[in-house]
Formats: sequence, C-alpha cells, structure tokens
Amino acid sequence: MAMGAAGGGRRPFFRRKKSCPFSGPNAPAIDYRDVRLLQRFLTDRGKIVPSRISAVSAKKQRALAQAIKRARHLGLLPYLIR
Amino acid sequence: MPYYENVFIGRQDLSSAQVEALTDSYAAIIEEQGGKVLKREHWGLKSLAYRIKKNRKGHYVMLNVEAEWPALAEVERQMRLSEDIIRFLTVRVEEVSEEPSPMMTRRDRDERRPRRDDRGGDRGGDRGGRDDRPPRREENSEAAPAAAGGTE
Repeated sequence: MAMGAAGGGRRPFFRRKKSCPFSGPNAPAIDYRDVRLLQRFLTDRGKIVPSRISAVSAKKQRALAQAIKRARHLGLLPYLIR
Repeated sequence: MPYYENVFIGRQDLSSAQVEALTDSYAAIIEEQGGKVLKREHWGLKSLAYRIKKNRKGHYVMLNVEAEWPALAEVERQMRLSEDIIRFLTVRVEEVSEEPSPMMTRRDRDERRPRRDDRGGDRGGDRGGRDDRPPRREENSEAAPAAAGGTE
C-alpha cells in the first residue's frame, strides 16, 4: 500500500487506500442472519471473498467467515453455486 | 444466566400450527429447567440454499433464551431425535436485542429487490453490492471530516 501511494504520481493508475467496510461509525454488524450483507462477501461461485480483495480487516474477516459458515449450515447461504 | 439463540428448521410439509406446537414444546422444556424464553420469531417457510434431508424449503423459527446450558442441551437432544426438525443451530449471545432480527426486516427487501432487478436486467442488481462500497466511503468522509483522515 505504501508503495502504491509513493508511486501514485508516476504510475498511470492510482489505487486509493481501501478501508474496512465493518469499521467506522455506521458500519453494519456482522450477523449470520443478515443474508443480504453476507452475500456481498461471496464470489459468484459461493466462496468467501479474500480480505485482500474485500479490504475487510483481519479481525472482522474472522467474524465474517464464522457468520458465513453459520448461515451455510442453516441453509441460508449455499456451500457452492453451480 | 447466559443467553442463547436457537434457530431450527422444520420440515417443509409441516403446517404452521404444527410448527407452533413444536416451538411450544421446546419452550416448555426450557421453562421446566428454570430458563426463560425471551423472544420467539417465526421467519416462515423459506427456501433453503441447498437440499437438506430431501427438503427444498423449511420453516425457520428462532428462540432467544435465557437459561443454563443443560436446558439447551435437552432441547438439542429432542431436536436430534425429532424427524420434523431438519437442522438447528444454537449460539451463545452476549445480549438479546429487542428489535426483530435482520431476517424479519431484510425479508421485505428481498422480496422487493429481485422484482426491480427483473425490470432493469440483472446487471445493475448483480454488481450492486460492489458498486455500493466506494460511494459509501465518500459519504463517510463528507459526513465526518475527522474520519476522512484514512481516505485522504
């Protein structure tokens, strides 16, 4: 990230610093019942999106993974989408 | 006493009266063992994301309970024995919120949104989640300049 910021002036594309979607003042709570929210962190095949792409902090990513797995167990989310 | 949240899924061919009766019987077990049922929520007949024990749909019920673990263990044992219950989950929670769970509020949105998507094609709807994120950060930085330090 620091490299990207330093080279931002020279390089053709500039990547702004991402912030965790679950941190900050009006961040949503991670809940296994909130299917709509969890769905945003699944790929189109139903895999959990890696935190390096979704920018979720490590702590929140662990909570998110736990919530997704609970939702899958209850049949709220699929284990895989064919 | 600790708080627990128990969600169970009833077989698809149960009537809602039968689901109600099952819920009552589990609530009775908890109260027998000195616990309290703080909240009951019927999420209704929802379709499952995949087949569970040959069922494509299930009656979802959530119980918020304040009880010692043995009471919950007995309920879980009964659920394992029952043919009518296809799946359950018990989690310990720190507190029980008074408002209805996201399931109750989200369901209305679930019903509304897909209809919109049908009209406008699925492009906007499918990627809606991703498009939502960057603007939200901008909203944050505008609303709270103190929080904008990270985004600058």
